[in-house]
Amino acid sequence: MPSRRAMLAAAPALLALSATRPASATPATMRDAIAAFLGEGGTLREGRVAIDIPPLVENGNTVPIAITVESPMTPQDHVQRIGVFTERNPLPQVIVAHLGPRAGRAAITTRMRLATSQRIIAIAAMSDGSFWSESTEVVVTLAACVEG
Amino acid sequence: MARVILQVPATAVRGSVIELRALIQHPMETGFRPGSSGEVLPRDIIRRFACAWDGEEVFSAELHPAIAANPYLAFTTIATESGTLTFTWKGDNGFAQTETRRITVTP
Amino acid sequence: MRAAVLAALLLAAMPAAGAEERRSGFADMSAATQAMQADDAANPGMLWVLDGEGRWSRKAGRTERSCADCHGEAAASMRGVAARYPAIDAERGEAVDLAGRIALCQTRHQEATPAPRESEASLALTAFVAHQSRGLPIAPPDDPRIALLQAEGAALYRMRRGQLNLSCAQCHDDNAGRRLAGSVIPQGHPTGYPLYRLEWQGLGSLQRRLRGCTTGVRAESFAPGSHDAIALEAYLMSRAAGMPVETPAVRP
Ligand code: HEC
Ligand code: HEC
Repeated sequence: MPSRRAMLAAAPALLALSATRPASATPATMRDAIAAFLGEGGTLREGRVAIDIPPLVENGNTVPIAITVESPMTPQDHVQRIGVFTERNPLPQVIVAHLGPRAGRAAITTRMRLATSQRIIAIAAMSDGSFWSESTEVVVTLAACVEG
Repeated sequence: MARVILQVPATAVRGSVIELRALIQHPMETGFRPGSSGEVLPRDIIRRFACAWDGEEVFSAELHPAIAANPYLAFTTIATESGTLTFTWKGDNGFAQTETRRITVTP
Repeated sequence: MRAAVLAALLLAAMPAAGAEERRSGFADMSAATQAMQADDAANPGMLWVLDGEGRWSRKAGRTERSCADCHGEAAASMRGVAARYPAIDAERGEAVDLAGRIALCQTRHQEATPAPRESEASLALTAFVAHQSRGLPIAPPDDPRIALLQAEGAALYRMRRGQLNLSCAQCHDDNAGRRLAGSVIPQGHPTGYPLYRLEWQGLGSLQRRLRGCTTGVRAESFAPGSHDAIALEAYLMSRAAGMPVETPAVRP
């Protein structure tokens, strides 16, 4: 029979097999990376950006993430860059996408790595010099039975 | 040559917004991961992706080690004129790849 | 008639649970990972299938012949093949898995050095061949030698192993659906191999997957291509008979 006790014993043993992760970025290095993205005098506001990412992730190696920005995407008023940053990956930067009125829509999708559960922020740099953002928390559950 | 899967519509109506998707085989070695013998494997990533429509760049992205192995990107562009879409990836150790697709734009 | 045969097959294959209770590991995944598998332009496993397609028509070995030179269009000649492996190689009278079968063609018919197991070349060709069976029901061959192998595999599946003294059955039959260290224990069906595992960030074989499960219980893993590994695969395939092939699947 299943012996609940054996199963319980298995869980930490399996966990212990997971690879050790390198030292992580910190909220401070993320702030620095964001400051570099904003440049001189840029101020960050919340809103107009939406992050679509699963709140609970089965494996941090490949996490689908989609970012959309509310913008008419006209020559006068459009998104120029979209940046994604993390708090606890080895490096805070993930991607910087460059787009313009020829994109038609401000929407990008990619797949990213998450070393652990953490906060993610996406920032849109607009043609009028304003910066808009959204941040979200993602929980990464650990894969069992990883190769030792 | 790395394997690439591109999704580009063969035809599109002028002025419509089309989605382009690109998947390429690449390990995106982060530079933080220990190899089998213990020492850290050197960074080997794709650093830049770009898409041009008849030579005019319509989208580009700088990638960092936090982009997953076998990078996947989906983005949009407005169909303008029939022509050639050029997709390029550039990275460490001289990695460079270019793929092209024809697209027919109808009025 | 055909339905009755299918029902009998499913019953024979499923000593414990009814067919409707069987679920692929696909069903236990998050919506995001399911979407990745379901869309060929997003499924990273398709990169290896594409690679395999290129290799299929590449001449190799002393005979300078490609797979296509002998087998023609894979869509026709390889359709359904993966669904009935492991199978008996007539010349040696022994069971081989699909990767082993392809390696035999490389040595025997191309007179080439066979691609080692788990190499990109072996995985790509195996994925390309197995992909030709996607959607077809798993149908182990009706051969007494395979039946014997399945029985051996079933015994291995139920044998307690390793420091944790757990059998495959204790996890995949008795505790399937429960959580273990954050992940759902699937029923352990071999429907999608070779598959793209997020943990690996690449393609891998069933035998590589089993390495994770055996080191997980602190047991010796089965040597890839060994008699025991093929017996276990034969049993897993009989247990999954009737379930559709998914290659290339995606798993966490
Ligand atoms: C010179 C001809 C020849 C070449 C080249 C060749 N094969 Fe084969 N293949 C055969 C023959 C003949 C068989 C039947 C079994 C046997 O006699 O070995 C076979 C059997 C197979 C089978 C099993 C089919 C089944 O129904 O069980 C697979 C799969 C296969 N080959 C794949 C390949 C792949 C992949 C390649 C290229 C790497 C390849 N073959 C190259 C002749 C060839
Ligand atoms: C301690 C519990 C445990 C034991 C014992 C165990 N497994 Fe697993 N197995 C799992 C878990 C959990 C997963 C999948 C989750 C993960 O690792 O991401 C899995 C995955 C699998 C898969 C992949 C299924 C798919 O959808 O691709 C197969 C096949 C499998 N196991 C077979 C076996 C076999 C055969 C044995 C015995 C040699 C075995 N397992 C022993 C827990 C176990």
